[in-house]
Amino acid sequence: MKALVFERSLPRFAAARVAGSLLAGSGARVGPLSLADVDEPRVDEPGWVRVRPRLAGICGSDLATIDGRSSRYFEPIVSFPFVPGHEIVGELDDGSRVVVVPVLRCAARGIEPMCDMCAAGRVNLCERVAFGHIEPGLQTGFCADTGGGWGISLMAHESQLRPVPDDMSDEGAVMVEPAACAVHAARQIGVDDVAVIGSGTLGLLTIAAVRRIAQPRGPLIATAKHPEQRRLARELGADVVVAPDALERAVRSSTRSLQYGSQLSCGIGTVVDCVGREQSLAQALRVVAPGGTILLVGMPGPVAVDLTGLWHREVALRGCYAYDDSDFDAAFDLVQEAGLDRLVTATYPIDRYRDAIDHAAHAGGRGAVKVAFDLRSERERRR
Amino acid sequence: MGRPGFVLEVDRSTPPTLFHHGEGFRLEKLPVGARVVYPAEPLDAIADPDEAIRQALHNPLGDSQPLPSLLRGGMKLTIAFDDVSLPLPPMKRPDVRQRVVEAVLEMAAGAGVDDVVLIAALALHRRMTESELRQALGDRVYDAFEPHGMLLQHDAEDPDGMLHLGVTDQGEDVEINKRAATSDLLVYVNVNLVAMDGGHKSVATGLASYRSLRHHHNVQTMQQSRSFMDQHRSELHSSNWRMGRLIAASGVNVFQIETTLNNNTFPPAFDFLQKREWEWSFRDRAAFTASSKALQRTPPRIARQIFQGQRAPYGLTSVQAGEVEAVHAQTTEHVYEQQLVSVAGQADILTMGLPYICPYNVNSIMNPILVMCLGLGYFFNLYRGKPLVRAGGVLIMSHPTPWEFHPVHHPSYIDFFEQVLAETTDPAEIEAKYEESFATDPWYIHLYRTTHAYHGVHPFYMWYWGAHALQHLGGVIVVGGDTRSVRRLGFKPATTLRDALEMAEDVVGRDPSVTHLHSPPILLADVT
Repeated sequence: MKALVFERSLPRFAAARVAGSLLAGSGARVGPLSLADVDEPRVDEPGWVRVRPRLAGICGSDLATIDGRSSRYFEPIVSFPFVPGHEIVGELDDGSRVVVVPVLRCAARGIEPMCDMCAAGRVNLCERVAFGHIEPGLQTGFCADTGGGWGISLMAHESQLRPVPDDMSDEGAVMVEPAACAVHAARQIGVDDVAVIGSGTLGLLTIAAVRRIAQPRGPLIATAKHPEQRRLARELGADVVVAPDALERAVRSSTRSLQYGSQLSCGIGTVVDCVGREQSLAQALRVVAPGGTILLVGMPGPVAVDLTGLWHREVALRGCYAYDDSDFDAAFDLVQEAGLDRLVTATYPIDRYRDAIDHAAHAGGRGAVKVAFDLRSERERRR
Repeated sequence: MGRPGFVLEVDRSTPPTLFHHGEGFRLEKLPVGARVVYPAEPLDAIADPDEAIRQALHNPLGDSQPLPSLLRGGMKLTIAFDDVSLPLPPMKRPDVRQRVVEAVLEMAAGAGVDDVVLIAALALHRRMTESELRQALGDRVYDAFEPHGMLLQHDAEDPDGMLHLGVTDQGEDVEINKRAATSDLLVYVNVNLVAMDGGHKSVATGLASYRSLRHHHNVQTMQQSRSFMDQHRSELHSSNWRMGRLIAASGVNVFQIETTLNNNTFPPAFDFLQKREWEWSFRDRAAFTASSKALQRTPPRIARQIFQGQRAPYGLTSVQAGEVEAVHAQTTEHVYEQQLVSVAGQADILTMGLPYICPYNVNSIMNPILVMCLGLGYFFNLYRGKPLVRAGGVLIMSHPTPWEFHPVHHPSYIDFFEQVLAETTDPAEIEAKYEESFATDPWYIHLYRTTHAYHGVHPFYMWYWGAHALQHLGGVIVVGGDTRSVRRLGFKPATTLRDALEMAEDVVGRDPSVTHLHSPPILLADVT
């Protein structure tokens, strides 16, 4: 079958890192990702089934991997070569549609007894992602055995499958996985006042989730770089949308804060960083309230940030990765209620993967949000 | 004696008309039949201003005693003076305030008064810098008072520095500077640049708090002042008069000194700005061409410095002293003598060129909110009787309107522009929804009290200043302005005057009548 394959190749990884630092998305042209003819994946263990992807999204973490920006932290918990793609709506052999919950938890790995986290239902924090009867891989799309969404076929454990309601489009279904991340973030927030940094896909979804799930005390403030992002951020529930460099001013005004240097004296109770860069984290530290929380939702890499303010103001910096099953189920409702299918703004066939990745890497500036591979046509299926 | 102002009807032989355009100028060909309202030439200045001041202090108006007889040893004397917002541009040294303050201090010294404090009557304006205070008061006064803490700047947010004197019969709180209110004598030194300045407004506004100012600095007052340059039809005036009478009834003894200036506004290098275009000499034309070309090549920041460095060679035309209302009545007549120009009838379109300066950007940046305030607040209201433009007419103003703010002077303006105007430009909605939070924002209060920032509520007042015009006009077009800024203000941008006139026709119909306000120098149109 045809699939996009990410191989372990240090020279190509280095080339992708250089190219990606010059122009986002250009790691796809020189890096370890290529369109290849590979065997269909097989997992001959109980409960595993074949899924044929229909739509598979391109996520920020995929782009970081392609451009060589992802952390070496992941090395032990991925296995090469892998077929990327973890935002997946596909179909089973019987033709029924499913969304894949990509987290490769103990149940999928055949690990008995489950780890404490899986036993507690916190499957995103599974302690065994590098063990069990399949190769290491924190998710489908990073595991050599399972395949991923950017190929014609993949294997998924029955614990990973969620049926797609008849009234949900493929575009809506492919948004369920990233929406689940947003639900998970919103559920950490409670009744704090909230600022969301970044209005890419994850930022917009987080805005939608916070508006519907959390009950922010004050106005929901968001930053957005591009006009279409600003429009969508408002539509999805942000009360105040400002340019990235105007966040401090908006928060100061909203919280009636004083200021010393660039640091606000008061601030926002929960700042959700959906960017995960050095600048966004530093900005979050400037606008978060004393005793407040920074929720790191966007995938970070190695960053250098002055944490003195975090220490002095007793700020909690908290990671927010993926979701549990309950978050995932709630994400179906969020997608329907907020009409999140409209965020899928471009689809590409798999053989135009370079264009697709280039588009995804510059989505905001081109008025796009989610870019996905469309594997529904017969031509694609026959590859 | 200069020639009076007059109205020119443009014909085919009329040369292009000068429009001020921020730190620059434009020459525009107005359509045949358009009218141009020219200001009067400068009145003759008093030959010996110091003697005129002494005479006024010795021969007060109304029921006031001569100043020397009001001064005695052991008394508490406060001298308040108008701040950096007057006159415009700042005048060549010595400033008239310096002359008056020195004369008052000389008399106080002669009477053995030791407890003398000077207060810059800032209201909610920014604090003045040392050089601005030296400019207004002169080095001798500054050096004698400031190092000893006897030269103060009014702080409307000092909880221990304000005194609530009562409430008028209209329910208006009157709260003014405590030192001023508890002095045996409060001398207020005015520069009356326009008819609105002075009278009871001096103390009731210049030394007041937000709590007090909000009763007349609001949308309703501005919309009911037709115009605020005409004290008989100004609700702003009426409110200040009610407050001023309460201040007097509370026992505050005010000795008012008001001064008027001629309209000799521009230094010799810009002499052509004082003249009518068809009377420009070869030298004037050369000066205009040279300065225009030079300014086109000058970076905006440098151009701003050059213009802000201008000092007006104003001449003193009158000085009045004594009881507030008697003084102000005479002062107003002197202002009218210089500025009043009769105009018959209104036009469909009013055009104006806005200069680089307004009361709130001295040594600063004319940000878009101030452009609106200068055009729709001040210039539009330079009328008596009725506006120069008919109801539903169009105002066309020329200014670069850069999206630029002075971060120290105008911090709340930035938020107002970015947040409030992004939501609405309706003055009443802005007032109801946002004023309170800006006015009481502790950060703005901190900046107002400790730096050189305008008060948090100040951009609101700028917007309210234009409320009457916004209500009256059918549209506003800005020629040569930054498109984004102009749109944020709720106005329409145009590249040329011709484009603007065509756009205006969509509102007022074909073959509209056009009147151009040829100012500065300042004029007050008496429209019948």
